[in-house]
Amino acid sequence: MDTTVGSLEEVRSLIARATGDEKHDESSYSTIDALWVLYDRVLHVDPAHPTSEDRDRFILSKGHGPVSLYALLAAKGFFPRDWLDAFMDHGGRLGSHPDRQHVPGVEASTGSLGHGLPMAVGAAMALRAKGLVDQRVVVLCGDAELNEGSNWEAILLAPQLELGNLSLLVIDNHSSSLAMAPWEARVGSFGWDVHVVDGHDHDALERALRTRLDARPVAVVADIPEGEW
Amino acid sequence: MRSQFGATVTSLLDEDPRTALVLAEISETLFEGALARHPNRALNVGIMEQTMVGVAAGFAMEGFHPFAHSISPFMAERPYEQLKLDFGYQGLGGTFVGVGGSYDYGAEGGTHHSPADVSLMLAIPGMEVLIPGHTGEVDGLLRATYANGRPTYVRLSVAANAEPMEVAPGRMEIVRPGTGATVLAIGPMLSRTLAACEGLDVSVLYVTSARPFDRSTLASVAGDAPTVITVEPCYEGTFTSEVVGAVGHRPSRVHSIGVPRVFIHSYGTPAELDSELELDAAGIRRRIETFLGA
Repeated sequence: MDTTVGSLEEVRSLIARATGDEKHDESSYSTIDALWVLYDRVLHVDPAHPTSEDRDRFILSKGHGPVSLYALLAAKGFFPRDWLDAFMDHGGRLGSHPDRQHVPGVEASTGSLGHGLPMAVGAAMALRAKGLVDQRVVVLCGDAELNEGSNWEAILLAPQLELGNLSLLVIDNHSSSLAMAPWEARVGSFGWDVHVVDGHDHDALERALRTRLDARPVAVVADIPEGEW
Repeated sequence: MRSQFGATVTSLLDEDPRTALVLAEISETLFEGALARHPNRALNVGIMEQTMVGVAAGFAMEGFHPFAHSISPFMAERPYEQLKLDFGYQGLGGTFVGVGGSYDYGAEGGTHHSPADVSLMLAIPGMEVLIPGHTGEVDGLLRATYANGRPTYVRLSVAANAEPMEVAPGRMEIVRPGTGATVLAIGPMLSRTLAACEGLDVSVLYVTSARPFDRSTLASVAGDAPTVITVEPCYEGTFTSEVVGAVGHRPSRVHSIGVPRVFIHSYGTPAELDSELELDAAGIRRRIETFLGA
Protein backbone atom coordinates (compact mmCIF):
# COMPACT_ATOMS: atom_id res chain seq x y z
CA MET A 1 0.00 0.00 0.00
CA ASP A 2 1.31 3.41 -0.94
CA THR A 3 1.25 5.37 2.30
CA THR A 4 1.89 8.65 0.50
CA VAL A 5 -1.53 8.67 -1.17
CA GLY A 6 -3.46 11.70 0.04
CA SER A 7 -0.49 12.92 2.07
CA LEU A 8 1.28 16.25 2.12
CA GLU A 9 4.20 14.51 0.48
CA GLU A 10 1.95 13.53 -2.41
CA VAL A 11 0.60 17.08 -2.65
CA ARG A 12 4.14 18.35 -3.06
CA SER A 13 4.84 15.81 -5.77
CA LEU A 14 1.63 16.74 -7.58
CA ILE A 15 2.59 20.41 -7.49
CA ALA A 16 5.78 19.47 -9.29
CA ARG A 17 3.71 17.89 -12.08
CA ALA A 18 2.07 21.21 -12.87
CA THR A 19 4.54 23.37 -14.72
CA GLY A 20 4.49 26.59 -16.65
CA ASP A 21 3.54 29.17 -14.06
CA GLU A 22 6.90 29.91 -12.46
CA LYS A 23 5.97 33.46 -11.61
CA HIS A 24 3.46 32.17 -9.10
CA ASP A 25 5.69 29.63 -7.36
CA GLU A 26 6.02 31.75 -4.24
CA SER A 27 2.30 32.24 -4.15
CA SER A 28 1.65 28.51 -4.50
CA TYR A 29 4.20 27.25 -2.03
CA SER A 30 3.45 29.85 0.64
CA THR A 31 -0.15 28.62 0.86
CA ILE A 32 0.54 24.91 0.97
CA ASP A 33 0.84 24.41 4.74
CA ALA A 34 -2.29 26.38 5.55
CA LEU A 35 -4.26 24.65 2.80
CA TRP A 36 -3.05 21.25 3.97
CA VAL A 37 -4.17 21.94 7.52
CA LEU A 38 -7.53 23.21 6.28
CA TYR A 39 -8.30 20.22 4.09
CA ASP A 40 -6.68 17.55 6.26
CA ARG A 41 -7.78 18.68 9.70
CA VAL A 42 -10.38 21.44 9.66
CA LEU A 43 -12.82 21.65 6.76
CA HIS A 44 -15.72 19.23 6.43
CA VAL A 45 -15.76 18.42 2.74
CA ASP A 46 -16.52 15.27 0.79
CA PRO A 47 -14.69 14.74 -2.52
CA ALA A 48 -17.48 12.42 -3.65
CA HIS A 49 -20.08 15.14 -3.07
CA PRO A 50 -18.28 18.43 -3.66
CA THR A 51 -21.48 20.50 -3.72
CA SER A 52 -23.17 18.87 -0.74
CA GLU A 53 -25.19 21.38 1.28
CA ASP A 54 -23.55 20.33 4.53
CA ARG A 55 -20.00 21.04 3.39
CA ASP A 56 -17.78 23.83 4.60
CA ARG A 57 -17.02 26.39 1.91
CA PHE A 58 -13.49 27.46 0.95
CA ILE A 59 -12.81 30.37 -1.40
CA LEU A 60 -9.34 31.01 -2.77
CA SER A 61 -9.74 34.76 -3.20
CA LYS A 62 -6.13 35.22 -4.23
CA GLY A 63 -6.73 33.24 -7.39
CA HIS A 64 -3.14 33.31 -8.61
CA GLY A 65 -0.84 30.47 -7.66
CA PRO A 66 -3.67 27.93 -7.40
CA VAL A 67 -1.45 24.90 -8.01
CA SER A 68 -1.21 24.00 -4.34
CA LEU A 69 -5.02 24.00 -4.13
CA TYR A 70 -5.32 21.93 -7.30
CA ALA A 71 -2.74 19.44 -6.01
CA LEU A 72 -4.49 19.20 -2.68
CA LEU A 73 -7.91 18.67 -4.25
CA ALA A 74 -6.48 16.00 -6.54
CA ALA A 75 -4.69 14.25 -3.66
CA LYS A 76 -7.94 14.25 -1.66
CA GLY A 77 -9.85 12.79 -4.59
CA PHE A 78 -11.87 15.70 -5.95
CA PHE A 79 -10.61 15.06 -9.48
CA PRO A 80 -8.07 12.83 -11.25
CA ARG A 81 -4.42 13.51 -10.52
CA ASP A 82 -3.50 13.58 -14.20
CA TRP A 83 -5.41 16.83 -14.60
CA LEU A 84 -2.29 18.44 -13.14
CA ASP A 85 -0.31 17.32 -16.19
CA ALA A 86 -2.40 19.61 -18.39
CA PHE A 87 -2.09 22.66 -16.13
CA MET A 88 -2.54 25.81 -18.22
CA ASP A 89 -2.78 23.72 -21.39
CA HIS A 90 -5.37 24.21 -24.10
CA GLY A 91 -8.00 21.58 -23.45
CA GLY A 92 -7.02 21.22 -19.79
CA ARG A 93 -9.31 22.16 -16.92
CA LEU A 94 -6.81 23.81 -14.60
CA GLY A 95 -5.88 27.38 -15.47
CA SER A 96 -3.53 29.70 -13.67
CA HIS A 97 -6.64 31.13 -12.04
CA PRO A 98 -9.36 28.70 -10.91
CA ASP A 99 -12.72 28.34 -12.66
CA ARG A 100 -15.63 27.05 -10.58
CA GLN A 101 -17.33 25.78 -13.72
CA HIS A 102 -14.41 23.47 -14.53
CA VAL A 103 -13.01 22.23 -11.23
CA PRO A 104 -14.83 20.17 -8.59
CA GLY A 105 -14.13 21.63 -5.16
CA VAL A 106 -13.47 25.14 -6.43
CA GLU A 107 -16.21 27.36 -5.04
CA ALA A 108 -15.38 30.61 -6.84
CA SER A 109 -13.73 31.76 -10.06
CA THR A 110 -11.12 34.19 -8.85
CA GLY A 111 -8.12 36.01 -10.21
CA SER A 112 -8.99 39.67 -10.08
CA LEU A 113 -8.08 40.58 -6.52
CA GLY A 114 -10.53 41.70 -3.88
CA HIS A 115 -13.56 39.66 -4.95
CA GLY A 116 -13.44 36.62 -2.67
CA LEU A 117 -13.98 38.22 0.71
CA PRO A 118 -17.19 40.10 -0.21
CA MET A 119 -18.52 36.90 -1.79
CA ALA A 120 -17.57 34.98 1.34
CA VAL A 121 -19.58 37.44 3.43
CA GLY A 122 -22.58 36.79 1.20
CA ALA A 123 -22.11 33.02 1.38
CA ALA A 124 -21.82 33.18 5.18
CA MET A 125 -25.04 35.19 5.32
CA ALA A 126 -26.69 32.67 3.02
CA LEU A 127 -25.64 29.73 5.20
CA ARG A 128 -27.20 31.49 8.17
CA ALA A 129 -30.37 32.18 6.18
CA LYS A 130 -30.58 28.48 5.31
CA GLY A 131 -30.15 27.47 8.94
CA LEU A 132 -26.85 25.69 8.26
CA VAL A 133 -25.35 26.58 11.61
CA ASP A 134 -22.51 24.06 11.71
CA GLN A 135 -21.11 24.96 8.30
CA ARG A 136 -18.62 27.75 7.80
CA VAL A 137 -16.91 29.79 5.12
CA VAL A 138 -13.14 30.18 4.95
CA VAL A 139 -11.65 32.64 2.48
CA LEU A 140 -7.94 32.91 1.70
CA CYS A 141 -6.45 36.29 0.80
CA GLY A 142 -2.86 37.33 0.25
CA ASP A 143 -1.30 40.17 2.21
CA ALA A 144 -0.82 42.22 -0.96
CA GLU A 145 -4.35 41.39 -2.10
CA LEU A 146 -5.55 43.21 0.99
CA ASN A 147 -4.34 46.45 -0.57
CA GLU A 148 -7.60 46.32 -2.56
CA GLY A 149 -10.28 48.53 -1.05
CA SER A 150 -13.15 46.12 -1.63
CA ASN A 151 -11.61 43.84 1.03
CA TRP A 152 -11.77 46.62 3.58
CA GLU A 153 -15.43 47.16 2.79
CA ALA A 154 -15.99 43.53 3.71
CA ILE A 155 -13.65 43.70 6.71
CA LEU A 156 -15.77 46.60 8.02
CA LEU A 157 -19.02 44.79 7.25
CA ALA A 158 -18.50 41.22 8.49
CA PRO A 159 -18.17 41.94 12.24
CA GLN A 160 -21.24 44.17 12.12
CA LEU A 161 -23.19 41.27 10.63
CA GLU A 162 -21.85 39.14 13.51
CA LEU A 163 -20.64 36.46 11.13
CA GLY A 164 -19.28 33.85 13.48
CA ASN A 165 -19.29 31.38 10.58
CA LEU A 166 -16.68 33.31 8.58
CA SER A 167 -12.91 32.97 8.76
CA LEU A 168 -10.42 35.05 6.81
CA LEU A 169 -7.11 33.28 6.25
CA VAL A 170 -4.36 35.71 5.27
CA ILE A 171 -1.18 34.29 3.82
CA ASP A 172 1.32 36.97 4.74
CA ASN A 173 4.32 36.19 2.56
CA HIS A 174 5.36 39.82 2.80
CA SER A 175 4.68 40.51 -0.85
CA SER A 176 2.79 43.74 -0.19
CA SER A 177 4.61 46.92 -1.08
CA LEU A 178 2.64 48.65 1.65
CA ALA A 179 3.04 47.72 5.30
CA MET A 180 0.09 45.58 6.43
CA ALA A 181 1.15 44.74 9.99
CA PRO A 182 0.32 45.04 12.80
CA TRP A 183 -2.58 42.80 11.84
CA GLU A 184 -4.10 42.65 15.32
CA ALA A 185 -4.38 46.40 15.50
CA ARG A 186 -5.57 46.96 11.95
CA VAL A 187 -8.01 44.11 11.32
CA GLY A 188 -8.81 43.72 15.01
CA SER A 189 -9.94 47.33 15.24
CA PHE A 190 -12.83 46.49 12.92
CA GLY A 191 -14.01 43.80 15.32
CA TRP A 192 -12.31 40.64 14.05
CA ASP A 193 -10.74 38.08 16.37
CA VAL A 194 -7.18 38.04 14.98
CA HIS A 195 -4.62 35.25 15.34
CA VAL A 196 -1.13 35.67 13.90
CA VAL A 197 0.66 32.32 13.65
CA ASP A 198 3.74 30.78 12.07
CA GLY A 199 2.57 29.90 8.56
CA HIS A 200 4.51 26.63 8.59
CA ASP A 201 3.40 25.45 12.05
CA HIS A 202 0.59 22.98 11.40
CA ASP A 203 -0.56 22.70 14.98
CA ALA A 204 -0.70 26.46 15.44
CA LEU A 205 -2.55 26.83 12.14
CA GLU A 206 -5.03 24.14 13.18
CA ARG A 207 -5.74 25.77 16.54
CA ALA A 208 -6.31 29.15 14.92
CA LEU A 209 -8.37 27.81 12.02
CA ARG A 210 -10.59 25.78 14.34
CA THR A 211 -11.47 28.91 16.29
CA ARG A 212 -15.14 29.86 15.97
CA LEU A 213 -16.88 32.52 17.98
CA ASP A 214 -20.64 32.96 18.24
CA ALA A 215 -20.97 36.37 16.67
CA ARG A 216 -17.55 37.47 15.54
CA PRO A 217 -15.52 36.58 12.45
CA VAL A 218 -12.01 35.21 12.85
CA ALA A 219 -8.89 36.30 10.96
CA VAL A 220 -5.93 33.94 10.89
CA VAL A 221 -2.71 35.47 9.58
CA ALA A 222 -0.23 32.82 8.49
CA ASP A 223 3.15 34.50 8.62
CA ILE A 224 5.62 33.33 5.99
CA PRO A 225 8.90 35.20 6.41
CA GLU A 226 10.31 36.61 3.20
CA GLY A 227 12.20 33.96 1.28
CA GLU A 228 11.00 31.12 3.50
CA TRP A 229 8.14 29.88 1.39
CA MET B 1 -41.32 52.78 -11.06
CA ARG B 2 -39.10 52.83 -8.01
CA SER B 3 -42.08 52.42 -5.67
CA GLN B 4 -43.39 49.50 -7.71
CA PHE B 5 -39.95 47.90 -7.62
CA GLY B 6 -40.03 48.24 -3.84
CA ALA B 7 -43.50 46.71 -3.62
CA THR B 8 -42.68 43.81 -5.95
CA VAL B 9 -39.39 42.87 -4.31
CA THR B 10 -40.89 43.19 -0.84
CA SER B 11 -43.65 40.84 -1.92
CA LEU B 12 -41.16 38.37 -3.44
CA LEU B 13 -39.10 38.40 -0.24
CA ASP B 14 -42.24 37.45 1.66
CA GLU B 15 -43.34 34.80 -0.87
CA ASP B 16 -40.09 33.12 -1.88
CA PRO B 17 -37.59 32.08 0.82
CA ARG B 18 -34.86 31.80 -1.81
CA THR B 19 -34.87 35.53 -2.58
CA ALA B 20 -32.33 37.93 -1.08
CA LEU B 21 -31.90 41.69 -1.19
CA VAL B 22 -28.65 43.61 -0.83
CA LEU B 23 -28.73 47.40 -0.67
CA ALA B 24 -25.94 49.96 -0.45
CA GLU B 25 -27.88 52.59 1.49
CA ILE B 26 -29.92 53.85 -1.48
CA SER B 27 -33.66 53.14 -1.08
CA GLU B 28 -33.32 51.70 2.40
CA THR B 29 -36.56 53.40 3.46
CA LEU B 30 -38.35 51.68 0.60
CA PHE B 31 -37.56 48.31 2.17
CA GLU B 32 -37.86 49.03 5.89
CA GLY B 33 -40.46 46.31 6.41
CA ALA B 34 -38.61 43.68 4.38
CA LEU B 35 -35.30 44.45 6.08
CA ALA B 36 -36.96 43.99 9.46
CA ARG B 37 -38.84 40.79 8.53
CA HIS B 38 -35.97 39.05 6.73
CA PRO B 39 -32.74 40.16 8.43
CA ASN B 40 -30.82 37.08 7.31
CA ARG B 41 -31.43 37.63 3.59
CA ALA B 42 -32.29 41.31 3.23
CA LEU B 43 -29.58 43.72 4.28
CA ASN B 44 -28.16 47.17 3.79
CA VAL B 45 -24.37 46.93 3.65
CA GLY B 46 -23.84 50.68 3.77
CA ILE B 47 -22.18 52.73 1.07
CA MET B 48 -20.07 49.99 -0.50
CA GLU B 49 -21.28 49.08 -3.95
CA GLN B 50 -18.53 46.59 -4.80
CA THR B 51 -19.31 44.61 -1.69
CA MET B 52 -23.05 44.95 -2.32
CA VAL B 53 -22.61 43.00 -5.56
CA GLY B 54 -20.06 40.61 -4.06
CA VAL B 55 -22.37 39.78 -1.16
CA ALA B 56 -25.21 39.25 -3.63
CA ALA B 57 -22.95 36.83 -5.53
CA GLY B 58 -22.29 34.93 -2.30
CA PHE B 59 -26.04 34.50 -1.91
CA ALA B 60 -26.32 33.36 -5.53
CA MET B 61 -23.53 30.80 -5.01
CA GLU B 62 -25.71 29.32 -2.27
CA GLY B 63 -28.77 29.05 -4.51
CA PHE B 64 -30.54 32.29 -3.66
CA HIS B 65 -32.06 34.72 -6.18
CA PRO B 66 -30.52 38.01 -5.08
CA PHE B 67 -31.57 41.56 -5.91
CA ALA B 68 -29.06 44.40 -5.67
CA HIS B 69 -30.01 48.00 -6.17
CA SER B 70 -28.70 51.54 -6.27
CA ILE B 71 -29.01 54.54 -8.51
CA SER B 72 -27.78 53.67 -11.99
CA PRO B 73 -24.20 55.02 -11.92
CA PHE B 74 -23.55 53.22 -8.64
CA MET B 75 -25.28 50.05 -9.80
CA ALA B 76 -23.90 49.68 -13.33
CA GLU B 77 -20.62 51.55 -13.30
CA ARG B 78 -18.91 51.55 -9.89
CA PRO B 79 -19.20 47.76 -9.25
CA TYR B 80 -18.83 46.86 -12.93
CA GLU B 81 -16.10 44.28 -12.42
CA GLN B 82 -18.16 42.52 -9.74
CA LEU B 83 -21.09 42.31 -12.15
CA LYS B 84 -18.82 41.07 -14.93
CA LEU B 85 -16.89 38.47 -12.92
CA ASP B 86 -18.88 37.55 -9.81
CA PHE B 87 -22.06 37.07 -11.82
CA GLY B 88 -21.24 37.01 -15.55
CA TYR B 89 -18.09 34.92 -15.56
CA GLN B 90 -19.21 32.67 -12.74
CA GLY B 91 -22.54 31.97 -14.46
CA LEU B 92 -24.68 33.11 -11.53
CA GLY B 93 -28.17 34.62 -11.61
CA GLY B 94 -29.21 37.87 -9.96
CA THR B 95 -31.25 41.01 -10.59
CA PHE B 96 -29.58 44.42 -10.55
CA VAL B 97 -31.95 47.32 -10.45
CA GLY B 98 -30.70 50.77 -11.33
CA VAL B 99 -32.88 53.81 -10.90
CA GLY B 100 -32.22 57.16 -12.51
CA GLY B 101 -30.71 56.28 -15.88
CA SER B 102 -29.06 58.91 -18.07
CA TYR B 103 -29.87 62.31 -16.52
CA ASP B 104 -32.95 61.53 -14.46
CA TYR B 105 -31.02 63.23 -11.67
CA GLY B 106 -30.35 66.16 -13.97
CA ALA B 107 -29.71 68.70 -11.26
CA GLU B 108 -27.10 66.50 -9.58
CA GLY B 109 -24.53 66.87 -12.32
CA GLY B 110 -22.44 64.38 -14.25
CA THR B 111 -21.39 62.35 -11.21
CA HIS B 112 -24.96 61.11 -11.04
CA HIS B 113 -25.58 60.62 -14.76
CA SER B 114 -25.32 57.18 -16.38
CA PRO B 115 -26.26 57.13 -20.06
CA ALA B 116 -23.67 54.35 -20.54
CA ASP B 117 -25.39 51.86 -18.25
CA VAL B 118 -27.20 49.89 -20.96
CA SER B 119 -24.08 49.70 -23.17
CA LEU B 120 -22.00 48.52 -20.26
CA MET B 121 -24.45 45.85 -19.23
CA LEU B 122 -24.80 44.60 -22.80
CA ALA B 123 -21.00 44.27 -22.91
CA ILE B 124 -21.20 41.53 -20.26
CA PRO B 125 -21.89 38.22 -22.04
CA GLY B 126 -25.15 36.73 -20.82
CA MET B 127 -26.33 39.83 -18.97
CA GLU B 128 -29.98 40.44 -19.85
CA VAL B 129 -31.25 44.02 -19.90
CA LEU B 130 -34.79 45.27 -19.38
CA ILE B 131 -35.98 48.88 -19.71
CA PRO B 132 -39.61 49.26 -18.64
CA GLY B 133 -41.34 52.39 -19.83
CA HIS B 134 -44.17 52.54 -17.32
CA THR B 135 -44.72 51.64 -13.68
CA GLY B 136 -47.33 49.11 -14.75
CA GLU B 137 -44.70 47.07 -16.58
CA VAL B 138 -42.25 46.73 -13.69
CA ASP B 139 -43.91 43.99 -11.65
CA GLY B 140 -44.38 41.58 -14.55
CA LEU B 141 -40.85 41.99 -15.86
CA LEU B 142 -39.30 41.44 -12.44
CA ARG B 143 -41.41 38.39 -11.68
CA ALA B 144 -40.72 36.89 -15.10
CA THR B 145 -36.96 37.00 -14.69
CA TYR B 146 -35.82 37.08 -11.06
CA ALA B 147 -35.50 33.31 -10.65
CA ASN B 148 -34.34 32.33 -14.14
CA GLY B 149 -30.74 31.75 -13.08
CA ARG B 150 -29.35 34.46 -15.35
CA PRO B 151 -28.07 37.93 -14.51
CA THR B 152 -30.48 40.73 -15.40
CA TYR B 153 -30.07 44.50 -15.28
CA VAL B 154 -33.32 46.43 -14.92
CA ARG B 155 -33.23 50.14 -15.75
CA LEU B 156 -35.91 52.13 -14.00
CA SER B 157 -36.61 55.71 -15.03
CA VAL B 158 -38.21 58.84 -13.70
CA ALA B 159 -39.72 59.52 -17.13
CA ALA B 160 -42.59 57.25 -18.09
CA ASN B 161 -44.99 56.66 -20.94
CA ALA B 162 -48.65 57.68 -20.67
CA GLU B 163 -49.92 54.09 -20.60
CA PRO B 164 -48.39 50.68 -19.80
CA MET B 165 -48.08 48.06 -22.51
CA GLU B 166 -48.30 44.28 -22.42
CA VAL B 167 -44.61 43.43 -22.38
CA ALA B 168 -42.44 40.36 -21.85
CA PRO B 169 -38.73 39.64 -21.90
CA GLY B 170 -37.48 38.93 -25.40
CA ARG B 171 -40.45 40.50 -27.16
CA MET B 172 -41.09 43.84 -28.84
CA GLU B 173 -44.54 45.26 -29.46
CA ILE B 174 -45.95 46.67 -32.69
CA VAL B 175 -47.64 49.84 -31.48
CA ARG B 176 -48.47 51.50 -34.78
CA PRO B 177 -48.12 49.90 -38.22
CA GLY B 178 -47.02 51.98 -41.19
CA THR B 179 -45.51 51.57 -44.64
CA GLY B 180 -42.43 53.74 -44.35
CA ALA B 181 -39.54 53.70 -41.90
CA THR B 182 -39.55 51.63 -38.73
CA VAL B 183 -39.09 53.58 -35.50
CA LEU B 184 -38.02 51.72 -32.36
CA ALA B 185 -38.98 53.49 -29.15
CA ILE B 186 -37.00 52.19 -26.20
CA GLY B 187 -38.59 52.14 -22.73
CA PRO B 188 -39.78 55.58 -21.57
CA MET B 189 -39.29 57.10 -25.05
CA LEU B 190 -42.54 55.62 -26.43
CA SER B 191 -45.05 58.39 -25.69
CA ARG B 192 -42.84 61.15 -27.00
CA THR B 193 -41.93 59.05 -30.04
CA LEU B 194 -45.61 58.50 -30.87
CA ALA B 195 -46.16 62.25 -30.57
CA ALA B 196 -43.13 62.92 -32.77
CA CYS B 197 -44.40 60.52 -35.44
CA GLU B 198 -47.89 62.01 -35.59
CA GLY B 199 -48.86 62.26 -39.27
CA LEU B 200 -45.83 60.34 -40.52
CA ASP B 201 -46.33 57.03 -42.33
CA VAL B 202 -43.94 55.04 -40.16
CA SER B 203 -44.20 51.91 -38.01
CA VAL B 204 -43.58 52.39 -34.32
CA LEU B 205 -42.30 49.43 -32.30
CA TYR B 206 -41.88 49.39 -28.52
CA VAL B 207 -38.83 47.76 -26.93
CA THR B 208 -38.41 47.01 -23.24
CA SER B 209 -36.12 44.01 -23.69
CA ALA B 210 -32.66 45.05 -24.85
CA ARG B 211 -31.39 41.50 -24.32
CA PRO B 212 -32.87 39.17 -25.36
CA PHE B 213 -33.68 41.40 -28.31
CA ASP B 214 -36.57 40.49 -30.61
CA ARG B 215 -34.79 40.54 -33.94
CA SER B 216 -37.45 38.57 -35.77
CA THR B 217 -40.27 41.07 -35.17
CA LEU B 218 -38.04 43.94 -36.25
CA ALA B 219 -36.93 42.09 -39.36
CA SER B 220 -40.48 41.25 -40.37
CA VAL B 221 -41.80 44.78 -39.84
CA ALA B 222 -38.82 46.52 -41.44
CA GLY B 223 -39.32 44.64 -44.73
CA ASP B 224 -37.01 44.25 -47.71
CA ALA B 225 -35.48 47.72 -47.72
CA PRO B 226 -35.21 48.57 -44.05
CA THR B 227 -34.99 52.10 -42.76
CA VAL B 228 -34.76 51.88 -38.99
CA ILE B 229 -34.62 54.72 -36.50
CA THR B 230 -33.99 54.03 -32.82
CA VAL B 231 -35.11 56.47 -30.13
CA GLU B 232 -33.01 55.58 -27.10
CA PRO B 233 -33.06 56.84 -23.50
CA CYS B 234 -29.36 55.99 -23.21
CA TYR B 235 -26.29 56.74 -25.32
CA GLU B 236 -27.10 57.05 -29.02
CA GLY B 237 -26.10 53.90 -30.89
CA THR B 238 -26.57 51.56 -27.94
CA PHE B 239 -29.06 49.49 -29.96
CA THR B 240 -27.34 49.77 -33.34
CA SER B 241 -25.61 46.40 -33.20
CA GLU B 242 -28.89 44.60 -32.47
CA VAL B 243 -30.66 46.50 -35.25
CA VAL B 244 -27.91 45.64 -37.70
CA GLY B 245 -28.10 42.05 -36.51
CA ALA B 246 -31.81 42.01 -37.36
CA VAL B 247 -31.83 43.80 -40.73
CA GLY B 248 -28.19 44.14 -41.78
CA HIS B 249 -28.33 41.22 -44.20
CA ARG B 250 -30.33 43.52 -46.47
CA PRO B 251 -29.28 46.97 -47.71
CA SER B 252 -30.43 49.11 -44.79
CA ARG B 253 -30.44 52.62 -43.42
CA VAL B 254 -30.07 52.86 -39.65
CA HIS B 255 -30.18 56.03 -37.59
CA SER B 256 -29.93 56.49 -33.83
CA ILE B 257 -31.49 59.25 -31.78
CA GLY B 258 -30.27 59.14 -28.19
CA VAL B 259 -28.18 60.82 -25.55
CA PRO B 260 -25.08 62.35 -27.19
CA ARG B 261 -21.73 60.85 -26.20
CA VAL B 262 -20.48 63.91 -24.35
CA PHE B 263 -20.44 64.84 -20.68
CA ILE B 264 -23.44 66.97 -19.87
CA HIS B 265 -22.56 69.99 -17.76
CA SER B 266 -26.05 71.54 -17.79
CA TYR B 267 -28.36 71.31 -14.79
CA GLY B 268 -32.14 71.05 -14.78
CA THR B 269 -35.04 68.68 -14.79
CA PRO B 270 -34.99 65.68 -17.11
CA ALA B 271 -37.55 67.46 -19.29
CA GLU B 272 -35.35 70.54 -19.55
CA LEU B 273 -32.35 68.43 -20.54
CA ASP B 274 -34.50 66.47 -23.01
CA SER B 275 -35.37 69.75 -24.68
CA GLU B 276 -31.73 70.90 -24.73
CA LEU B 277 -30.60 67.60 -26.27
CA GLU B 278 -33.50 67.35 -28.77
CA LEU B 279 -34.92 64.32 -27.02
CA ASP B 280 -38.37 65.77 -26.42
CA ALA B 281 -41.14 65.11 -28.93
CA ALA B 282 -40.38 68.24 -30.97
CA GLY B 283 -36.67 67.47 -31.12
CA ILE B 284 -37.24 63.85 -32.05
CA ARG B 285 -39.62 64.98 -34.82
CA ARG B 286 -37.03 67.37 -36.23
CA ARG B 287 -34.35 64.68 -36.21
CA ILE B 288 -36.57 62.05 -37.82
CA GLU B 289 -37.60 64.50 -40.55
CA THR B 290 -34.00 65.51 -41.17
CA PHE B 291 -32.93 61.88 -41.51
CA LEU B 292 -35.83 60.93 -43.75
CA GLY B 293 -35.47 64.12 -45.80
CA ALA B 294 -39.09 64.96 -45.24
